[in-house]
Amino acid sequence: MKHFAELFRQLDTTTKTNKKVAALADYFSQAEDRDRLWTIALLSHRRPRRSVNSKLLRAWAGELAGIDIWLLEESYHVVGDLAETIALVLPPPEERHDEPLHFWIEKIQQFPKLTEEERKAEVVNAWRGLEKTERYLFNKLITGNFRVGVSQKLMTRALARAMEIPEDDLAHRLMGNWTPDETTFDQLVLSDNPQAQLSRPYPFYLAYQLEQELKDLGAPEEWQVEHKWDGIRGQLIVRGGETFVWSRGEELVTDKYPEYQNFHDFLPNGTVIDGEILAFTEGKPLGFNILQTRIGRKKVSKKTLQEAPVVLMAYDLLEYGGEDIRERPMNERRKLLEKVVSAATEMENESRLLISPTVQFTDWDELPAERATARERHSEGLMLKRKNSTYKVGRKKGDWWKWKIDPLTIDAVMMYAQRGHGRRANLYTDFTFGVWDGETLVPFTKAYSGMTDKEFNRITAWVRKNTVDRFGPVRSVKPHHVFEIGFEGIQKSSRHKSGVALRFPRMLRWREDKPKEEANTIEDLRAMLEQYG
Amino acid sequence: MALLTFTDRGIYCERADVYIDPWKPVRRALITHGHADHSRWGNEYYLATNSAGPVMRHRLGPEAKIQTIAYGEKLKINGVDFSYHPAGHIVGSAQIRVEYKGEVWVASGDYKLEDDGLSEPFESVKCHHFITESTFGLPVYRWEPQEVILADINDWWRENQAEGKVSMLTAYALGKAQRLLQGLDHSIGTIYTHGAIENTNEIIRRQGFKLPPTVRVTREIDKKAYPGNIVVTTPGSVGQPWAKKFNPLSLGSASGWMTLRGARRRRGADRGFVLSDHADWPGLLSAIEATGADNIYVTHGYTGIFSNYLREQGYNAVELETDYGEEAEAAAEATAETDSNPEGTES
Repeated sequence: MKHFAELFRQLDTTTKTNKKVAALADYFSQAEDRDRLWTIALLSHRRPRRSVNSKLLRAWAGELAGIDIWLLEESYHVVGDLAETIALVLPPPEERHDEPLHFWIEKIQQFPKLTEEERKAEVVNAWRGLEKTERYLFNKLITGNFRVGVSQKLMTRALARAMEIPEDDLAHRLMGNWTPDETTFDQLVLSDNPQAQLSRPYPFYLAYQLEQELKDLGAPEEWQVEHKWDGIRGQLIVRGGETFVWSRGEELVTDKYPEYQNFHDFLPNGTVIDGEILAFTEGKPLGFNILQTRIGRKKVSKKTLQEAPVVLMAYDLLEYGGEDIRERPMNERRKLLEKVVSAATEMENESRLLISPTVQFTDWDELPAERATARERHSEGLMLKRKNSTYKVGRKKGDWWKWKIDPLTIDAVMMYAQRGHGRRANLYTDFTFGVWDGETLVPFTKAYSGMTDKEFNRITAWVRKNTVDRFGPVRSVKPHHVFEIGFEGIQKSSRHKSGVALRFPRMLRWREDKPKEEANTIEDLRAMLEQYG
Repeated sequence: MALLTFTDRGIYCERADVYIDPWKPVRRALITHGHADHSRWGNEYYLATNSAGPVMRHRLGPEAKIQTIAYGEKLKINGVDFSYHPAGHIVGSAQIRVEYKGEVWVASGDYKLEDDGLSEPFESVKCHHFITESTFGLPVYRWEPQEVILADINDWWRENQAEGKVSMLTAYALGKAQRLLQGLDHSIGTIYTHGAIENTNEIIRRQGFKLPPTVRVTREIDKKAYPGNIVVTTPGSVGQPWAKKFNPLSLGSASGWMTLRGARRRRGADRGFVLSDHADWPGLLSAIEATGADNIYVTHGYTGIFSNYLREQGYNAVELETDYGEEAEAAAEATAETDSNPEGTES
């Protein structure tokens, strides 16, 4: 793991893209094949799953370090990262293990077959012979959250450079459904595996938030407008008599959505559709919170299928008759998409493939009213797409824009503060906010993001001086500061004292101009629930 | 009445009517060392060690009434014995021992156990009551020997030199800067210094401490002279217009906070070197044990956690609120001193 740890140190100590690519390229040209393969996997979101739960890990680490769990916990709150905390509290290594990266990963892959005692012995043995950075990486691997500040794109560029092959070809080869256990470096990178081609998705085209006036976009008739449906962006592939569904996070989710499983029965081979995985029933989309009940579940129950059925809301057609049509203008793709969807709808009994309707308009002035209907239709706003646009790779400006609705807002009083994680460890960044219920504050949401580092520094200094009480890592503070909280949705919740749960809450503004008495009330929150819940 | 009490002005000995490192102005202040959070403005009389005196004079100005004392020398005030003992933190730093009728207290200020080759090495003092810092009072903080870290710093300098870059290394002007200077391999290239650091260097050299040759950064120096060399500067000078002339540069930061990945990334340094003038976790524990004291008073740092741990170990440990080490808990966001006149000579 020595070489991999050295690579990690180099990547971790620079923010410069060139240096990262150079370090990676250097590593790729020297490492052994299995290590190269695993490095590609780790840097393309194919990390091994968590193989030891963190509670056991804490117990074992505390035992080896000779400290009580509470002290390990306190340290963790300061460090902000469990893998790092453990790497630091353990005594220095007694011996040196010199095995390569793949040796450790393959060992970790065996963990599920071991008893708890055997697993413990393996982990403790590893800790005894690895130095700090290696331990940290090992801990990240066993807890299943290895991350480093290198995008898949940069990794691909470095590998392309080291292997002297064109970057675009390589990017396409690395997509899709492969694991280091089932392939070799040669097969993946140097030759191409036809089985992998079958399920391989295209990179998604992503839009930026609209930054100009509508009329500055040009003539309205050059634009197609649709709702931005509130589900999960997905890509449906029918090839070789099989159906594959990919999420935008490049995860193969076919098994999670049985609704799509027989799409190959009514879609021809060589069809790839870009769309939205959307909870939908009785002709109407359901809120994202309904879909959320399915995310992260391994097994899909009958009840889930009844309560949160999904459709695929089609936006675009990327492959038609086995041909990549991304370079054709969008209106042409749209016509083909309409043809494909209507043919499918005729064959299908209950329609699980829908086409995203376009908004009819002749003047830009008509659009704000349409956008205003978004929240009640469970859409996030509007999408504006130039009719002659090609389907591009990644997030690009110019031809596609998202025009999201403004968030709901409420003014709330800060009640509790907790230190952040990672880069913001040691700063108070995680806050709980409350609204007034008569004379008392009722906590109703947490929020972490939205402030600058400078503001977090100031609020951290304030929290230290105004702590009323401590509960482990959490401090209750003097009610004083008012923040404007923005959120995307609100729903009823029996788990929360306030009776509501917010979607994507964040701090929009620090309202230093507002005294705490002028923050909103629980009645205001209930009225919002009534209207938008 | 206890021999030492803890007041809103600082640690107080009523019998002798003196304060130790007070944070509000008092008549008579016994000072452990010259850092600004321990040696503050506005006291009427100061007492510090002989080797702490010159820097305190520089920082507090010509008007300040500063008396000095040798390590180990006894001073009796109203029947109370006071003496200063090396704390190993920076040049001239001391633990202050207070004895009355056989009861011994030690206020240790800031300290570290490792001999850094410059500061008078830490000396353990037996006592009944020990006042300790806890800046790094968590088990995640464990230092490596300074030779290892200094070798890393010199390697980093060589790498930057090979790439034609300036190495810019940040450190507190008093203490850390001189410790680093002493460890830099000046056969690699020229060592340039920020004005605030060079002012302190001059004082320390005059006291007879050996530092390698350094060159003060001034406007007269052609910026083409810097590449391949190292600039030792204050944290506050980073990102200031003054620092532009060193581009392209690699930024290094030497501090105990560099232990944590989050702090390294937040500091925005290219390299973080874990080097501290405070005791690490094992250091704090062994220092406390060696005093033989049963009563431990924990000041600045992870006070709550550390005193909790000490109680578990059977000590009678108390957590104290002080105004020391404002930077301690605020950890790596410490922006440290800013200098409006970085190239200024003493005026």
